[in-house]
Amino acid sequence: MEKKEIIIEVENLVKKFGQFVANDNLTFKVFKGEIFGFLGANGAGKTTAIRILSGLLEPTSGKISVAGYNAYSQRDLIKANIGYMSQKFSLYDDLTVRENIRFFGGIYGLYGKILKARIDELLSDLKMTEFKDDLISSLPLGWKQRLSFSIAMIHKPVIIFLDEPTGGVDPITRRSFWEMIHSVANQGTTVFVTTHYMDEAEYCDRVTIMVDGRIEALDSPANLKKTFNANSMDEVFVMLARKAKSA
Amino acid sequence: MNNSKPNKFWGFALKEFRHIFRDKRTLLIIFGMPIAELLIFGYVVTNEIKDANIAILDKSGDYLSQKLTSKLASSGYFIPTTYLYSENEIEPVLRSGKAKMVVVYEPNFAEKFFREKNAAIQIITDASEPNTASLLANYAGSIINSFASENGANELRSSPIDIRVRMLYNSELKSVFMFVPGTMALILMLLTAMMTAISIAREKELGTMEVLLVSPLKPSHIVLGKVLPYVGLAFINALVILFLGYTVFDLPMRGSLALLLLVSFVFIILALSLGIFISTVSKTQQVAMFFSMIGLMLPTMLLSGFIFPIENMPLVLQWLSALMPPRWFISAIKTIMIKGEGIAYVWKEMLIMIGMIVFFLTLSIKKFKVRLS
Repeated sequence: MEKKEIIIEVENLVKKFGQFVANDNLTFKVFKGEIFGFLGANGAGKTTAIRILSGLLEPTSGKISVAGYNAYSQRDLIKANIGYMSQKFSLYDDLTVRENIRFFGGIYGLYGKILKARIDELLSDLKMTEFKDDLISSLPLGWKQRLSFSIAMIHKPVIIFLDEPTGGVDPITRRSFWEMIHSVANQGTTVFVTTHYMDEAEYCDRVTIMVDGRIEALDSPANLKKTFNANSMDEVFVMLARKAKSA
Repeated sequence: MNNSKPNKFWGFALKEFRHIFRDKRTLLIIFGMPIAELLIFGYVVTNEIKDANIAILDKSGDYLSQKLTSKLASSGYFIPTTYLYSENEIEPVLRSGKAKMVVVYEPNFAEKFFREKNAAIQIITDASEPNTASLLANYAGSIINSFASENGANELRSSPIDIRVRMLYNSELKSVFMFVPGTMALILMLLTAMMTAISIAREKELGTMEVLLVSPLKPSHIVLGKVLPYVGLAFINALVILFLGYTVFDLPMRGSLALLLLVSFVFIILALSLGIFISTVSKTQQVAMFFSMIGLMLPTMLLSGFIFPIENMPLVLQWLSALMPPRWFISAIKTIMIKGEGIAYVWKEMLIMIGMIVFFLTLSIKKFKVRLS
C-alpha cells in the first residue's frame, strides 16, 4: 500500500464559514485503489471536507490536489474525473431505471453507442436488465442504493466519493453494498467514504477520525485499535469523541 | 467535448419534459388551469350589469311612464320584476334584495313632461354594493336622457352645453378587455414562476441538485436546462389564452401580433427569473409554493391593475404597484391589443421588464455564489 500512487493530497486545508471553522488544518494523503474512511460525529466537518474535495465548495486556504488537479483553479476537471453519491441516493423517482442511467451518463458527456453500451453493461452487472423500464419509486431501497452507486461510477472515475452511502439501509444490504465497494477498489478506483457506522470503519483500508473539524487520528483500523488499546473501532471513536468541545 | 455539449443539454431538457408529462397533476395544472381561469374570470368575475332586477313605483300610470319602463326593460340591463303601489314598499323590496334599484314616477308624468316641460323621476339604488349602484344609476340615467330627447325634449334642454360621451377602444365597456390581459399575466406568472421554483426546489429536496452540481455541468447550464421546457409550455399557454380571448370573448387584435408575442416572451422570461430567484431562497417545494402563492398571486391580482384600477389606489400602493412585474405586462398588452399601438408606446414597459429580469437574475447568481463559497 505504501508505495502506491498518491491520488488525493491535502495540506493544511482550512474552511471557514464566517467565524465558524468547519475544517481546521487537515493534512492527509489518499492512495490509488484505497478505501479511505472518513469518520466523525454529525457536524464534525466530514461533509464539508468531502464537498471541497469533490469541487462543490471552495476551500479557504491550504494546498489541495485531487486526481492531480488543483482544488482552486481546476474544479471543473476534478468534477469530470470523480464520482459522487450522496446519502439520499439521489435518483429521479418518476423516471425509469434506464432513463436515470441515461440521464446521468449524458451529463457526464457519454453519448451514442458508448452510452448505450455502458447502460447495458451497468444493467447486467446489477442484474436489473428485466427491470430497466420500472420506475425508481417501485424499487426497494437496497436496489436504489446499488443503482445510485453504479450511476456514480458510470463515467469510470478515478475516485468515488460516498457521503454516508448506507444511511437507513438494513445490515444485510449494507454488507452487500460494501462488497460492491471492495470490488471497485480492487479494480483500482479510489473510494473515499464518510460514515458514522463504526463497524463499517473496519472495512476501510485506512480511517480518519474527525472531531470538531480536526483530524484526531489517521491509520489502519488495526493500528488504531492497537494505539488506543481498544477492542473495536467503536471504542476508539468514543475515546476520541470525548475530547470534543460539545461533549 | 464540444460534440457532447448539445447532447448534455438536450438530455437535460428531455428529462425535464418527462417529469412534467409523467405527472398527471402537473399536466392538469399546466394545461387545465389557464383555460379554467380564463373562463371563470371572463364569465363570472365581471363589472358589467346585465339583467339587474328592478322595481317600479308608477304613481302616474300613463302611456309615457309605461313606455319608459318598457324602454328600460328592453335595454337588456334591467328587468322590472316587481311593481310597487306605495312608498312604504320601497325599502322592503331593496332590503330583501328582490330589486337592486327602484324607479319612481311622479303623478301625471306625461302631462308634466309635455305641459310643464318638467317631469321628475326618482331613482333609488341599493348602495350597499357601491359599484353596482353607481353603474345602475348611470345606465338608467343615460337611458332616460335618450328617452327624453326622443320624445321631443331636445329643445327644452336647460344646459347650453351638449355633452356627448364616447367610450373609445372599448365602446361597450366590456370587462373582458380587462380580464383577458390580466388573466394572461396571472397564469403566465403563476405557471412559469411557480413551476420553475418548485421544480428547482424539488431537486434540492431530493438531493439530486447536489449530484448535478458535482457533475461537470455548469450551474448556468443546469438552470437553463431546467427552465427551457417551461419557456415552451408558457408560450403555448400564452397562445391558447390569446386564442380563447379572441374567439370566445371577441377581444380585438388591433396591434401587431409579432410585437404582442415579443412582449409575452419578455414577460415569460421575467416570470422565469422570478421563479429562479424564489428557488434560491427556498429549500423545499412547500416553501417555494408558499412564496409563489403569496408573493406572486395576490400582488398580481390586487396591485397590477388587473382587477382594481391603479389610478384609484392610494399613492403608496401606486408606488408599490410599479414594482409588480405584471403591471407592465398588462399595460403593454392592452396598449397593443386594444389600442393597436406599436413599439413606440410600449418600449417603456419592455425596458422596465428587461430591467427586472436583469435584477432578479443577478440577485439569484449572487445568492448562488454565496452558497458555494
